[in-house]
Amino acid sequence: MTGVIAKSVHRETAYSKEAGVFLRNLDQEYRFHNYWLQPDSGDMPTLWVDTQSLIPLLRFLKLEISRPFAMLYDISAIDERLRVNRGEGPEKQPSSDFTVVYQLLSFTRNLFIRIKIALPEANLSLPSISAEWENANWYEREVWDLFGIHFDGHPNLCRIMMPTTWKGHPLRKDHHARATEVDPFSLSEEKERKEQEALLFRPEDWGMARASEDAEFMFLNLGPNHPSVHGVFRIALQLDGEQIVDAVPDIGYHHRGAEKMAERQAWHTYVPYTDRIDYLGGVMNNLPYVMALEQLAGIQVPERAQIIRVMLCEFFRISSHLVFFGTFAQDVGQMSPVFYMFIDREKLFGIVEAITGGRMHPAWFRIGGVAQDLPEGWDKMVREFLDYMPARLRDYDGMVIKNKLLQKRTRGIGVYNTAEAMEWGVTGPGLRATGLEWDLRKKRPYSSYEQFEFDIPSYDGGDCFDRCRVRVDEMWQSLRIIRQCLENMPAGPYKSDHPLTTPPRKGRTMQDIETLIQHFVNNSWGPVMPAGEVCFPIEATKGLNSYQIVSDGGTTSYRTRIRTPSFPHLQMIPLMSRGLLIADLIAIIASIDFVMADVDR
Amino acid sequence: MTTSIWITLLNIFGVLIVTVLLAAILTWGERRLLGFWQDRPGPNRVGPFGTMQVMADMIKLFFKEDFIPRFADIPVFVLAPTVVMATMLIAFGVVPMSPNIGVADLNIGLLFVLAMSSIAVYSIILGGYASNNKYALLGGLRAAAQTVSYEVFMGLSLMGVVMMSGSFNLRDIVNAQAELWFIVPQFLGFFVFFIAGIAESRRTPFDLPEAEHELTAGFHTEYSGMKFGMFFVGEYLAVILIAALITTLFLGGWHGPWLPPIIWFCLKTALLVAIFILLRASLPRPRYDQLMKFGWKVMLPLSLANLLATAGVLLWTA
Repeated sequence: MTGVIAKSVHRETAYSKEAGVFLRNLDQEYRFHNYWLQPDSGDMPTLWVDTQSLIPLLRFLKLEISRPFAMLYDISAIDERLRVNRGEGPEKQPSSDFTVVYQLLSFTRNLFIRIKIALPEANLSLPSISAEWENANWYEREVWDLFGIHFDGHPNLCRIMMPTTWKGHPLRKDHHARATEVDPFSLSEEKERKEQEALLFRPEDWGMARASEDAEFMFLNLGPNHPSVHGVFRIALQLDGEQIVDAVPDIGYHHRGAEKMAERQAWHTYVPYTDRIDYLGGVMNNLPYVMALEQLAGIQVPERAQIIRVMLCEFFRISSHLVFFGTFAQDVGQMSPVFYMFIDREKLFGIVEAITGGRMHPAWFRIGGVAQDLPEGWDKMVREFLDYMPARLRDYDGMVIKNKLLQKRTRGIGVYNTAEAMEWGVTGPGLRATGLEWDLRKKRPYSSYEQFEFDIPSYDGGDCFDRCRVRVDEMWQSLRIIRQCLENMPAGPYKSDHPLTTPPRKGRTMQDIETLIQHFVNNSWGPVMPAGEVCFPIEATKGLNSYQIVSDGGTTSYRTRIRTPSFPHLQMIPLMSRGLLIADLIAIIASIDFVMADVDR
Repeated sequence: MTTSIWITLLNIFGVLIVTVLLAAILTWGERRLLGFWQDRPGPNRVGPFGTMQVMADMIKLFFKEDFIPRFADIPVFVLAPTVVMATMLIAFGVVPMSPNIGVADLNIGLLFVLAMSSIAVYSIILGGYASNNKYALLGGLRAAAQTVSYEVFMGLSLMGVVMMSGSFNLRDIVNAQAELWFIVPQFLGFFVFFIAGIAESRRTPFDLPEAEHELTAGFHTEYSGMKFGMFFVGEYLAVILIAALITTLFLGGWHGPWLPPIIWFCLKTALLVAIFILLRASLPRPRYDQLMKFGWKVMLPLSLANLLATAGVLLWTA
């Protein structure tokens, strides 16, 4: 078997040293030592603890350890009941039916770590950490909703993605993945009545009082269909006149079960699904997915492929930021900029189309490289765009950024500071607008970003206006990166020679039968990825995006967890908008720059 | 005598039909102009240059289901959109378009126009209230507050013109500008009235009552079919009315060399309408409280200062 199926090769990463320092610190400073370190976890240190020692450990990591872990990066779970490969001998993981996975990020250490808790099916509960980190609230609700794992002491443990009337927990392995696996749907009158009733708005259910001592509140249901909520997003507003007393975001209207779909798609055929997570990010979504798999399989991506990937990603960063910029101005009432920006975006899509054949969702990255080589004449198109764009950006500066009315509407609105941003899991431009220069492309360079010269824009106001300025400056930096790609594009193959590359290279298939068989199998079933677990965060358009992939040594993923930046960002809306007016809320929503597909997945 | 009746009738129906038609054509004109300024074609498919778009829209509006929500206050809901259209059309009655075109020659013409445009806001408030919809209610509330505060200095800004011409009659005001347009001595008054006029016709940047991005469609969220159409046409009538008033009061009305008076009047009005549309294409929308602050803290003192200065100069020279 080993001749055909490669074993997991976790390469030494640049962060192994930081991981080692962390483990030594933990060993010296932590009193309890009641954790088990998973030895075969190469992408980040992975600690297993039991339910009692979870909160002490997390508290220690957040507050006491030298150079602490300020951010709760993610909470997810794995249904382990059908998993076969869970390590051998000393690497064998604790027995578990469900595993809850916490990921923490330390900015000072530049390190991600993973903490796991094994739960037996008979007792699926563990303490809630919503008192330790504010953003744990939604993550725990999501795990409860999709896995049915109970968090004791959670203030509001109810469904977040699925409708309140839903039966079962979809990401469990025994829950059906397709409608065809169950009886045809029918809507009886009784059921219809119940569903309708579940939709009735009762302020008490949302933690809102109907009246205060001197005023009766008005409740406004903003969304899921509203011109300014950028998709299907709902906010229940408690209003005193036009002033917002409380705002409760409600998500889940765009939930398509992308994580569940990953469990039945082949590794290769899942690439187009990733495109549709942050649907403005295009191929930027492919990157964390394919890079995670490349790390799992030990595939070395050729340099040309890496630079092509960077160039395409930066094109999509500009494209996404242009949409943000236009809609931001539009939501503040300025009608025209969005049209100009869409013209630029159209030009940009012209290039993307010439290179990839697709426009918004090219699904163009492949495990081990990219789908095709760059077409003839690509450099002319890119150069034209690079010469055209700066003048346009300067125009927008005068039109939008320097506009006094717009500044009046957005300065000092929706403010949070760096500490709050970390507490709530804010990453990307929203974090850099608070004055922290933290960009993964610089801090943990991937795909050859270390070879590029660019700056990280940051402003320290932390308000809507600064979030906008950070993105505008990032477009300038992206143009810089693209120019460097253009001028220094290396020659060489656009795809790796590795046998797990998809689709595998065809060159030698007619020479020997082994290669032909492997080519056939890898094209029909898709490749068999080695068993293991891997996660690769990247700096996406809206913040940190990563795919945490568990492979059980099959042709499909055992579990794919998609950590998206927009999810925690939306959770902050109440904090940012209390006491302001509806018009401010619209500016705040626009300044967050989210897409609902990126939130609900 | 019979001829004069015919002329009067011709005047009445001429003005009525032409203004309604103009308002309808403006729905196309605005979209074309916006398109031109926003690097896109705008409606260009129906008829030559898309001019028949107006007809297509009319047909659509007439044949659309005219939906009245169950929870609405039905009589008020139905009545509301007619108010804005009726008052705007009536107000046109006193606007003199050339020495011999114009319906009525009222000696309190200016006050009459101001009164009519004040009544028009009832349309918005009642529409917002009767819809029994929260977005509409917020829109109606905004309209009430906005109109009440902007009307104060809208009237005040015109008092300079009245003092200089010594009359409320719009025809006399135009005649008083034969030598010098009032925009020169009354620039401050013009400035204030222009801004108040935008607020009065609820156009961007003063379109808070319908602020699409905040209140979906504001006061007319629940309206459809021809009732919505009436609000729509009412808004364009208001735009034309304000433009015609500025022409009359500050830009010398029909006065101008070479061309016939009516052409001058139309040209000036059209230019102002285009400026209204350009403003919509370029400016963001202030927040509700900022709008109020701007009104009471900037515009009101400005118009009072203008009034004081004009009175002082007039007394000095008298």
